[in-house]
Amino acid sequence: MAEKMMIQFDHVTKKFDGETILRDISFDIERGKFYTLLGPSGCGKTTILRLIAGFLEPTEGTLTFDGQLVNKIPPNKRQVNTVFQDYALFPHLNVFENVAFGLRINKLASKEIAPRVKEALHFVNLDGYQNREISDLSGGQKQRVAIARAIVNRPQVLLLDEPLSALDLKLRTAMQFELRQLQRRLGITFIFVTHDQEEALAMSDEIFVLNQGKIEQSGSPRSIYDEPINRFVADFIGESNIIPGKMPQDRVVSFAGKTFNCVDQGFNKNESVEVVIRPEDLELKQRGEGLLQVRVESQLFRGVHYEIIGKDEAGNSWMIHSTKSAKINDEIGLYFEPEAIHIMRHGESEEDFDRRLESYEGADHD
Amino acid sequence: MTKKLTNIYLIPYALWIGLFVLAPLAMVLYYSFFTIQGHFSFVNYLRFFTPIYLKMAVSSIGYAFLITLFTLLIAYPTAYLLTRLKNRRLWLLLIILPTWINVLLKAYAFIGLLGTYGLANSLAALIGIGRQQILFTGFSFVFVSVYLFIPFMILPIYNSLEKLNSSYVDAAHDLGASAGATFRRVIFPLTLEGVKSGCQAVFIPALSLFMLTRLIAGNRVITLGTAIEEHFLVTQDWGMGATIAVFLILAMVIVMALMGKGGLKRW
Repeated sequence: MAEKMMIQFDHVTKKFDGETILRDISFDIERGKFYTLLGPSGCGKTTILRLIAGFLEPTEGTLTFDGQLVNKIPPNKRQVNTVFQDYALFPHLNVFENVAFGLRINKLASKEIAPRVKEALHFVNLDGYQNREISDLSGGQKQRVAIARAIVNRPQVLLLDEPLSALDLKLRTAMQFELRQLQRRLGITFIFVTHDQEEALAMSDEIFVLNQGKIEQSGSPRSIYDEPINRFVADFIGESNIIPGKMPQDRVVSFAGKTFNCVDQGFNKNESVEVVIRPEDLELKQRGEGLLQVRVESQLFRGVHYEIIGKDEAGNSWMIHSTKSAKINDEIGLYFEPEAIHIMRHGESEEDFDRRLESYEGADHD
Repeated sequence: MTKKLTNIYLIPYALWIGLFVLAPLAMVLYYSFFTIQGHFSFVNYLRFFTPIYLKMAVSSIGYAFLITLFTLLIAYPTAYLLTRLKNRRLWLLLIILPTWINVLLKAYAFIGLLGTYGLANSLAALIGIGRQQILFTGFSFVFVSVYLFIPFMILPIYNSLEKLNSSYVDAAHDLGASAGATFRRVIFPLTLEGVKSGCQAVFIPALSLFMLTRLIAGNRVITLGTAIEEHFLVTQDWGMGATIAVFLILAMVIVMALMGKGGLKRW
């Protein structure tokens, strides 16, 4: 385990002009995994990337690569390469020279440079593009050249700063898949920055959800999606119904004036909590059936599903994603499994949250 | 209708070009074919290729080259520094400000500074070097010319540096380039357009400087500009003056061609 650990943030704080961008952040990056830093703009995700790349220096705390302190090591001395948000391809050089840039800086012989560049371009499916000018490339091709220029140097870590944000939806989806494939083939660590939760869920081994300079939650896409730690994460990752409730005892929760079975444990008696149920976990039933009765207020056709908003007798709003449609002003029933209920404690730290989950989930949880 | 209107708007420009650019050029060319006695002849052109004029041409080009070189050496780092400063607009204004002062005034100011009993010599005497002949030398000519031209070199370079996307510099560092390599391989090539237009803005006027050669260089430096002035005002040989002017214009055309479309094209 210790051997796989390569980048370590230890109580890192970063301030600009007295404004705190990162607050006391600690985390580890292991070798060969796909990480995503996810958060709204201004959450500090790009700052973390620039700290790793070496463009910034931590104000407090330490940053180590393989146990070596690198706080003051400049970017050109780090085994890390970046794919920039605007690609930053050199406009005065053609594709070949852009990709060869790092190799030429490292004084490789021309004989070695040509095959390495070819190989890198092959990796990103740009065979035969060597002599193109940058201005003649499409957005997707520029993106690939930027990746080739970074991976040709065989870095330990590849940093990607929202590299897909400028592409259209179709191309973006295709590139997500390709990036994931590329990471597996190269076997190096990717650290990907995005504000797009779908992108993060689709590609990552591990996601760090950031908000206001703090890591709110980290974990696999599944665990973050299924068990968000708080309202911010539940809201930011996917759509959520968040309803206030109480825990009369473990495995029993009451909300909307009723009591339900659930699987969550480790609460104080009658502790007030927040209940999360994902819209796709709610099943439409006939009036009078199911666990809850709601009146349909609005309905949107979203393509894959209908997005139905309804109100229960206690006045809570519910969002339902269903392939079945409903009629506005109709009374309908809603059904959900006990596993679909997720309970969030107010102000619980990530460590306590993880410990509590581990205590009762044991073997059935990944 | 719109085309007619566009043509109307073109009139002032066409008039300007016709009266102040094309007509004088045509007249210069016309006069260059007449001797001092008013006979049509190519003799002026033959005279230009005699040692006396060739030497002048070489000296003009040599000085213009030196002036451009030193201006560039001072202006590039200054422009680079400017892009890093906080109150850039203020600093830029301070650099542009001296260009609003008449050249003659500045030349006279330098006569005062560089003269035998000027500030420069007083300082030299103070630190024990002793008074030197600074004024009326090739050095003083280049020094003052460089001073006068610096703003015209800084501005285009500053503009191209400003336009340079800082992520190119980050990318170069990220790919392992040191500060020096980043400058050589990325920053300088990407600001070459600015350097070219700056060089044009300095070299071409430097080629035809004439007032400074008299006031600062004390006629020790005789450039083609000086020769033109002499012929038109002193010897009254307008034909020869016009011929030299034709060669100056040719030199400028060549410089502009060599520098590419640098002055016109901005990427």
